[in-house]
Amino acid sequence: MYTQALNAPQSDERHLEDADKSARFEARVANEQRIEPNDWMPAAYRKTLTRQISQHAHSEIVGMLPEGNWITRAPTLRRKAALLAKVQDECGHGLYLYAAAETLGSSREELVDQLLGGKAKYSSIFNYPTLTWADIGAIGWLVDGAAIMNQIPLCRCSYGPYARAMIRVCKEESFHQRQGYEIMVTLSRGTDEQKAMAQDALNRWWWPCLMMFGPPDQQSQHGNQSTRWKIKRFSNDELRQKFVDATVPQARYLGLTMPDPELRFNDATQHWDFGAIDWQEFADVLAGFGPCNRDRMAARRKAHDDGAWVREAAQAYADKERARRAADNAVAA
Amino acid sequence: MATASIAIVETPLVNYALRRGDDALILGHRLSEWCGHAPMLEEDMALANMGLDLIGQARELYSYAAQAEGAANTEDTLAYLRDVRQYRNLLLVEQPNGDFARTMLRQLFYSAFADPYWRAMMGSSDPTLAAIAAKSEKESAYHLRHASEWVIRLGDGTEESHRRAQTAIDELWAFTGELFHVDDGDAALIKDGIAIDPERLRGVWSETIATVLSRATLQRPNSDWMQQGGRAGHHSEHLGHLLSELQSLQRSFPGATW
Ligand SMILES: [Fe+2]
Ligand SMILES: [Fe+2]
Repeated sequence: MYTQALNAPQSDERHLEDADKSARFEARVANEQRIEPNDWMPAAYRKTLTRQISQHAHSEIVGMLPEGNWITRAPTLRRKAALLAKVQDECGHGLYLYAAAETLGSSREELVDQLLGGKAKYSSIFNYPTLTWADIGAIGWLVDGAAIMNQIPLCRCSYGPYARAMIRVCKEESFHQRQGYEIMVTLSRGTDEQKAMAQDALNRWWWPCLMMFGPPDQQSQHGNQSTRWKIKRFSNDELRQKFVDATVPQARYLGLTMPDPELRFNDATQHWDFGAIDWQEFADVLAGFGPCNRDRMAARRKAHDDGAWVREAAQAYADKERARRAADNAVAA
Repeated sequence: MATASIAIVETPLVNYALRRGDDALILGHRLSEWCGHAPMLEEDMALANMGLDLIGQARELYSYAAQAEGAANTEDTLAYLRDVRQYRNLLLVEQPNGDFARTMLRQLFYSAFADPYWRAMMGSSDPTLAAIAAKSEKESAYHLRHASEWVIRLGDGTEESHRRAQTAIDELWAFTGELFHVDDGDAALIKDGIAIDPERLRGVWSETIATVLSRATLQRPNSDWMQQGGRAGHHSEHLGHLLSELQSLQRSFPGATW
């Protein structure tokens, strides 16, 4: 997921590149052909994609933390294994995505440094806490559900490595979504305490999930270029509406109440109308003032810092091995 | 109100499956604690993989213990509703993760036993244990390879990694004797060909450890004093904390289905 259209507005970068190449590039994109790493591409296209893919990768990695918070407390062995496997999948998504970003010329180390230095963004949703087991159900159902809405169109993104990574990722996200929903089904058919837990999780996650699609279309300045480049296929509001339309019936099936008194089906549009999103909260969380921003970054920095000696050791060992092999070859020759 | 612990009819076979199941669950749980916090993303993946293998082994062993017991227990009552004194895992596997060196040394000591153990257990006269062994053997071979490679890298890496790896060995060594523990119940199972005599594996275990430590330029401690107790439920203080976390939901919401 988690593309969220966080990209800073594109400054009106002039394409200084060769007009010929540029025209050929635009034509290929317009014809739905894939751009591959060795193909010529405008610098702004490269920059936009690098930013989007790396934000997406960071989101997968930071996203391991809220769910990882419940691995050691999962209530059955089946749930424990499923959750551990899910969080592992998210790590795998992060790895594919960093690899896709690397094809554009930025190394994983560089991109991770940007995250740890507070210069890169990740999805706002992961700055909310997982307080009960029901949050694990709600995240799978809603957060992975929103991720799928965002990512399925990205499977047709003009940049080949990103599109291919998304195909693989989407398969796993739909599995996560079903698994999360199944947790919600179990809780909503459980004891009164479990039902209350499920409702409380929905109450807390619903609005932040709607924010995952990014600012409303009127406010989002960077949509147009990405749309023209076939990176973005649907606007933020279109995707948000799709998500609401898909999710409301699922909540009803669970017997849960959406935390939105203004939610009602609009016969004229055949869509669910919903209440106003608190965009101030969204801005605050993105600016670093969500409930868990500091904890998330502290956890990632700690893992990075505590692991430094391990990475150094691996490097030192690889260097020694190379030197030993070179010495052996010298003797053999 | 909290859910009380279950009672278990501890026949030799039930005990045998439970002990191996406890080893797998507790070590798997420890490895899962790394998830999201490992030194590199590749290790987040690898540690989760090993944790998943071990939790999978625990589930099969618990299911078999429950079946052998023939009462109302399930894999989940066995995992979630036994107290610290009823757990029968090796002290080695309940030791905290510590730094990455300690986690890898703990894994090496365990896997260097588990790998030949499961291979030998494929010949068990008990078809369920033989089937569990066949699956676990493939997994433990990978765990052993992974841990060995890391111990070699750390031992022969930097001064700091060498020091950390040696410290981990010195701290964990006393827990390795228990790998070869046998009691009267086990002896009967060994006689019937259901279990194998772990003494048979001491040679190959020592050899594996010696080879890896030598390539890693690390030292086997001189002390042969060994701490025992896990197989009889005499644990370190660490296990109670692990279980209070692992069991928290099942204990707080009696009778709920998850
Ligand atoms: Fe993901
Ligand atoms: Fe996911």
